[in-house]
Parts: sequence; structure tokens; C-alpha cells
Amino acid sequence: MNAVLQYAVQGLAAGSFYALAALGLAVIFGVLGVVNFAHGAFYMLGAVAAAVLLDTLDLSLWWSLLVVPVLMFGFGVAVERLLVQWLLRLDPLYNFLLTFGLTLVLVELVKQRYGVSGLPYELPGPLQGRFDLAGVVLPRYQLFVLLFSLAICVLVWLVMTRSRVGMIVRASTEKPDLARALGINVGRWVTPVFGFGVALAGLAGVLAAPFRAITAEMGNNFAIILFAVVVIGGLGSIVGAVVAGFLVGLVEAFGQAYAPTFAQIFIFVLMALIILVRPAGLFGRKEATA
Amino acid sequence: MTQSVETEAPVTVTGTPVAGRDPRLRWALLAVGLVAALALPWFVYPPVAMDIVAMALFAIALDILLGFTGLLSFGHAAFWGSSAYVTGLVATHYGVPFPVAVVGGAVFAMILAVPLGYLSIRRSGIYFAMVTLAFAQMVYFVAYQWSDLTGGENGLQGVPRSFFGIDLVETESFYFYYAALPILLLGMWAAWRIVHSPFGRVLVSIRDNTQRARALGYEVEKYKVMAFVLSAGLTGLAGGVFAINHGFVALTELHWSTSGEVVLMTVLGGIGTLWGGILGAFLAVMLADYLASSGFSGIDLVTGTVFVLVVLLFRRGIWGTVRHQWLARRLRRSSSRRSPADADPAKR
Repeated sequence: MNAVLQYAVQGLAAGSFYALAALGLAVIFGVLGVVNFAHGAFYMLGAVAAAVLLDTLDLSLWWSLLVVPVLMFGFGVAVERLLVQWLLRLDPLYNFLLTFGLTLVLVELVKQRYGVSGLPYELPGPLQGRFDLAGVVLPRYQLFVLLFSLAICVLVWLVMTRSRVGMIVRASTEKPDLARALGINVGRWVTPVFGFGVALAGLAGVLAAPFRAITAEMGNNFAIILFAVVVIGGLGSIVGAVVAGFLVGLVEAFGQAYAPTFAQIFIFVLMALIILVRPAGLFGRKEATA
Repeated sequence: MTQSVETEAPVTVTGTPVAGRDPRLRWALLAVGLVAALALPWFVYPPVAMDIVAMALFAIALDILLGFTGLLSFGHAAFWGSSAYVTGLVATHYGVPFPVAVVGGAVFAMILAVPLGYLSIRRSGIYFAMVTLAFAQMVYFVAYQWSDLTGGENGLQGVPRSFFGIDLVETESFYFYYAALPILLLGMWAAWRIVHSPFGRVLVSIRDNTQRARALGYEVEKYKVMAFVLSAGLTGLAGGVFAINHGFVALTELHWSTSGEVVLMTVLGGIGTLWGGILGAFLAVMLADYLASSGFSGIDLVTGTVFVLVVLLFRRGIWGTVRHQWLARRLRRSSSRRSPADADPAKR
């Protein structure tokens, strides 16, 4: 029981990275119609930025959680303005390829600058060590990651459902044509939404920094699993992205615990099952097919 | 075949292939291509020449899906790499002549493509790209974990090059090139036949208007899976020859970057052109070879930049641009005699 709970928390913590990043991916896809291949690279940049900030400016994780998303937002806005916007009116495959090329460039640049061995990252004191919860010993940081991401998800959810901005973004995400027909200027939201999605990927990267090896390659496999996540959740759906993110985290953690050889493979088997049984994804609607 | 005229064309470009309209031009192109293929190892280091032709078939096989069925597979490394492994294993354990091993690899790729294709085509458009990518990553992990069979990170080493005991072919890359070339040319011919057959026309109709193809009574899913399996088989031929050529199979062959590389070759050469894949493969392999020999380590930097630039500025690709110019010129010369329907391809 103890072990199961530990794996569950570990899985949910790993799942929070997927959930946050997939949330960004889903919002970008919804409003721009772009599947951002570079999402894994942005996640990697978030982690690297946190490590560099700690190393050079001595900014701890607390500050990174604030500063890095802002930086990544700016970076995302630049990418959208310089590159992505020119292909928005074409087949989405072109932006998929564009962001793939961008991924290669970003990963290689980081590799050239920081080498292939992982950057170190030390947690701030209060988050180190373990936490004893009625006999179940859990790493404090995993609990923190879980609670923090849940808080972010709830916050995003509140903004999405309770505010005017959120309503507009949601309408643009789920029914862009109808939103346009109702007089909403969907185009105005394109750049900030892209920046916001990138910031979420960067935030996931910061959270992952103490948890994973920080290398240029860390985002590559992450991006592909992220695609499996959104296929499972249904790319058109915001809730689906989050739920599937946590689900995939759990599958991965329990896989690693009980059948380490197959841990990665389970995720793709889950995706295959979903495609078989419910092609549109857990929370996807049929029209979401691009 | 009339298509709706849009300047913002989707991924696919085409109409009637240029050469298809003029048999003389087609034969001239074929002759030039054949001479170039035969002359290549005189000018290029033979193993590199072999890579070029193998990659060319890889790009052409991908184009059957991307250019003629409208499906971007971002997981073709699964078929390229698994065929390379199976070819290598068959050649190592059974000592058969290499063409037999290559056919074994291609058959395996086709068998693998049946379930993967069946699952992947349940989603279309951008989802198809994501799903194929994910499945290819699964194949990668299987090969990575099953290191007893595949050698894991060390790769499969010492793949023999057995060819009916003919020493020259077995030891010298120059002669091996000519022994393996027919397999690859046969694959390219098969791709050409597929695309220009009634079956291929159905694929194009699915690409251009899936609903209408379905309404006409074609079982769209079946056609898509068949195209996927055929494409995987041709990819397998190429991957098998590649494995024998190197005498070594690395995990890289299954990696997503390989899937991306072949997409780049196809896009650079021109989507929906077949010939373009050859040009794209030639440029990509030569560039990689040049960068590697000049000691430049950041090859992905160049590949990625080329990718971004091609997608932003040069979406027709090399062959597509040539064809476009050629058609536009011919159209200007005889615009008065032609009906508007014939003019469509030139506008794309």
C-alpha cells in the first residue's frame, strides 16, 4: 500500500509536467491550429533557463517559477511573430514541419553551448527531503510539484471558465469559426495564446529541472509522449489534455515500478487502445479532426 | 482530373505530372536518371553513392503517402529501421545472399505496417503525423530494450555482405553498388507504377476529396492502409540495402530524427513529384557527408535551418518549382488554345 501510494505520487508528479505542457499544446492547437513540435524544446529551454539562472544569478527555484515563464512567453511571442504566423493560413502540416526544424536548431544550440552532460540543479532547502504522512514517506518535492501544478491547472481553468478572456479563448479553441461569426477577433489572440502555451511548457521545464537530467535532449522524447498525451485526451479539449497528462504520468510510474522494460511502451499501447476504442480521444469530439 | 484552384494549396501539389504528358520528355528524363545512377560511384565515394540511392527510394516511398495520398507519416523510420535490423539479422544468421535478406527486411516492414497503418489511418491530417511518430517511437523503444537481439545501443555489428561467393561484390563497395542498384531501381519503378496505376488515381482522389472518393464507393480506409503498407515495403527495401551497405545497423535508423530527415528530403525535392525525392536525397546526403568530413559537429543546426527555410520560402521544392516554371511557360505559349481546366496545375 505504501509503495503503491509512493508510485502514485511519483506518477502524478511526472504527470504534472505532461499535463502543464499538454495544456499549452492544446490551447495553441485550438486557437492557432498549430501542432507545436517544438513544445518539447521549449520545455527543455525552461529547465535549462532555471539551471542557468541558479548558476549565474543565484536565483532559486521560487524565482525561476516566476521569471522563466515570463521569459518563455516573450520567446514564444517572438517565435510566433517571426516564423509561425507566416504559415497559419496553410495546411497545419507546414507549421508542424517548421517547428520540427526549429526543434533541431534549438536542441543543437543548447548542446553546443552547454554540452551533453546534465546541468546540476539544487532544490531550495524547504523542498528537500521527505515528508512523513501517516506512515507513508513521500519526497517533499514531488508533493510540491503535484500541488503546484494542480493549482496552476485550477487557475487556468478558472481563467478559462470565469473570465471574459477565457471565454473568448475557449470559444476560439473549441469552435473557431463560430467564434468568428459571433464577432470575436480570433486573430488578435493568436500571438498571446502562443506565448502563453510556450510559457506553460517552460514552466513544466522549470518544475522538471530538479527532477530530471537537464540536457539538450531532455525534451525530445518528452515531445513525442506529449503527442501521445493529446491523442489520448483529444487535442481539441483542454480538460482532456490535463487528465490524459496525469494518466500518462501514472502509467509511466507504475510501468517503471513493476515492468521497467516496458514502461515507455505502455504509454504507446494505451494510445493504440484509445485510437481503437475512441479515435477522437477521451474528451475529444468528432469534429476536432483537423 | 480537375482540382479546385487555390493559391494557398494544402501540402499536396500536383496535377498531371509534366513528363506524363510528353512521352519523349519522360524517356529523356528516365535516360538521364539511369545514366546518372550508373555514373554516380565514379564521382562520389561508392558507399556514399549507395546511401544516396537508398535514401532516394526512402524519400520516394514517403512521397507515395505524402504527395499522392495526402498523409504525412512522421514515423517512417520504424519501417526503414526495422527492415535494416531484420535484413542485418537474416544476413548474419543465415548467410543468405544479401538481396534475399533485403527482401526479408522489406516483408517484415510490410507486416509491421499492417497494424500500425490500420491504427494510424483512423486519424487523419495532423493527427496522423503525431500518431505515426508515436508508434515509431514505440518501435524504437522495443529495439532499444530488446538488446539481446538488436545489440541495443551498440547496434548490430558485423553484418556480412554475402553475394553468391562473388568476391568483388562482397569486398568492394564499388561493385556492391552495381549489385544492389537494381533492387533500388526496381523499388523506384514500383513506386512509379503504383502512382500511375488506377489504384494511384484513387489515392489522389482520396487526397483531394476524401468525401467524394467515399461517395463514389471507394473504401477509403482500405486504400489508405494499402498505400501505407506499400510505402513501408519500399522503405524496407531501401533500409535493407542501407544496412548491408554499412555492414552495421544503429538505433539511429529507428530514431524520430531519421523520420524527420526523410520528410525533409521529400519536401526539399518537391512533394508529389517522385523525382524530387531523388534530388532531395542527393543534396541531403552530400551535405551531411561534406559537413561530417569538414569536422563540423552541429549538423542538426544546418538541417533544422534548411527545414525552416524550405517550409517558409520554398514549399514547392526543387522539382516542384522546375515543373511549375515549365508548365507556366508552356501555358503562356499556348494559352489561347487551352481550356481553363488544363491550366489548373500551372497555378498551383
